[in-house]
Amino acid sequence: MQQRRSLLSIPASLLFLLPAGVFVFIFIILPFFWIAAVSFTNRTLTGRTAVDPEYVGLANYLRLFDPDRFLRSGEFGASLVITGQFVFFSAIVGQVLLGLLLAWFFFNRKGWVRETVQTLAILAWIMPDVVVAFAWFAFLDRDAGTLNQILSTLGIGKPDWLINLPLVSVIIFNTWRGTAFSMLLFTSAFGSIPPSHLETAAVAGANTWQRLRDIILPLIRTHIITDLILITLWTFNTFTPFLLTGGGPAFQTELVSIFTYRTAFKFFRFGQGSAVGMIMMLINLVFAIFYLFLLRRQQVKL
Amino acid sequence: MRLVRYTLARIVFYVTASLFASFFTLPLLWLAFAPFNEKAALSVTVPDSPSLANFGQVFKNTFAVRALFQNSAIQALGAMLIVTLFATLAAYALSRANIRGKDLISYGLVLFSSVVTGTAAMVPIFLLIFRLGLINTHLGVILVFSGGLLPAAIFIMRDFVDSIPRSYEESALVAGASPWRIFMDIAVPIVRPGMMVVAVWAFVNVWGGFLIPFILLRSPEKMPAAVAIYSFYTEAGTPIITLTAAYSLLYTIPVLILYLFVNWRYGFRFFGGIKS
Repeated sequence: MQQRRSLLSIPASLLFLLPAGVFVFIFIILPFFWIAAVSFTNRTLTGRTAVDPEYVGLANYLRLFDPDRFLRSGEFGASLVITGQFVFFSAIVGQVLLGLLLAWFFFNRKGWVRETVQTLAILAWIMPDVVVAFAWFAFLDRDAGTLNQILSTLGIGKPDWLINLPLVSVIIFNTWRGTAFSMLLFTSAFGSIPPSHLETAAVAGANTWQRLRDIILPLIRTHIITDLILITLWTFNTFTPFLLTGGGPAFQTELVSIFTYRTAFKFFRFGQGSAVGMIMMLINLVFAIFYLFLLRRQQVKL
Repeated sequence: MRLVRYTLARIVFYVTASLFASFFTLPLLWLAFAPFNEKAALSVTVPDSPSLANFGQVFKNTFAVRALFQNSAIQALGAMLIVTLFATLAAYALSRANIRGKDLISYGLVLFSSVVTGTAAMVPIFLLIFRLGLINTHLGVILVFSGGLLPAAIFIMRDFVDSIPRSYEESALVAGASPWRIFMDIAVPIVRPGMMVVAVWAFVNVWGGFLIPFILLRSPEKMPAAVAIYSFYTEAGTPIITLTAAYSLLYTIPVLILYLFVNWRYGFRFFGGIKS
């Protein structure tokens, strides 16, 4: 693309950028460095260490990674393992795959069936957190909940979802909650595929599956990468399952976000909480850098 | 033979589509019926005689009503205004000025805002708001939401600004108009659809957000609906299901209206920007 004439001088454009820049600096860039600084102290909300926190070096981190307790229930390691399962099943298998499936299923179809299903998925995505949490609480209730009513009619039985299968419950919940984003993104991606590509494949005798694997998926590679990384990041950081299970029972659904909350805000141990937060952000950063790396490689290839 | 195959394909299509539809609908059925049932429990039952009594009870709870119509509204509208205005300004600059590495700036910002997010970011943000003396204020909540939403808003907005023709602005520039005049009189009217979308998106995000007000607010008079919904409890500590259901529905209605509006006006889908 040729360089176009500037419609806005640099000084004027800096003025235009200033208000948003101030916000971004204060609420995104500053917190990143602040949390790093606090994580090396024993800062609390009240008491002596609130006013005058002491430098404790790596103590907060060593405590988190203390091998004696790391994987014990309710500790950081256990929480990381739970989060790993949660992200793999609800983000990658759940949202991304289901979203892709939905987009593919309705590809090149119009009409009320498609509109209805898409609207329902979008509803699940845009409703307020607490409302969907209450709805799911009712849905999963052991005796009266809709899910068990259906399951017992089918003769499958009545598991107590939130007590006996809490992680499975939040995984299904999160899949339900977020699939719309992937569905919309892949729908838009499918729309960008030139019809001629598919026609050629059809003429060559490719079946539906071959067309998906050999034509469609390679063409929307960058969309898939974008979707995978965003969904992984969002799922890794989501706090909403807290509204359904509170992290329990017995820490079985304590995602790192909930672990951070419990450390930092339930007991107001900010030093310790910052160390957890710092590790979360570093993991996020690794995801983001990995993503940029993949995307760069894609662009070089194209 | 072809007819059989066609019919079979139709059946498979409808069965699969109904499975998808049920997956997304079943968890919400309760919310559709319980608010209108005076005796609602956790089961989905069609009320014998639908009534609005639950809503009447909700409106008697002044704390919950204020949370919804005052606190949630102030916080969502406040953040919406800041995000829309500042994102439009920034997106315009990033689109129209020849700033080195501007693509990297807008892209990097979105990515970095996904890194500094959620509960992890709440620790330093709490300390920051505490230091600024804004704990337990609407302003604190508005500012934190705005900061978090701005990078993505700028990204969405830039997509809109990039897509509008530059010729009007070029003629205005030749005619000697100031950058601010060009922005206000020419650019803003054209990118208004984009501003609407960003405004709705920001509003819905703040309206439904739980974590930020939950952590930054202390006194019940400031709580938005997301937190106040936990006030429908008996003295024994069990939730009053009828009222919670009615309140949930009231709280969801603005989101539904805004969705229908955006869907009708612009079509709810992704535009080009998301792809690269």
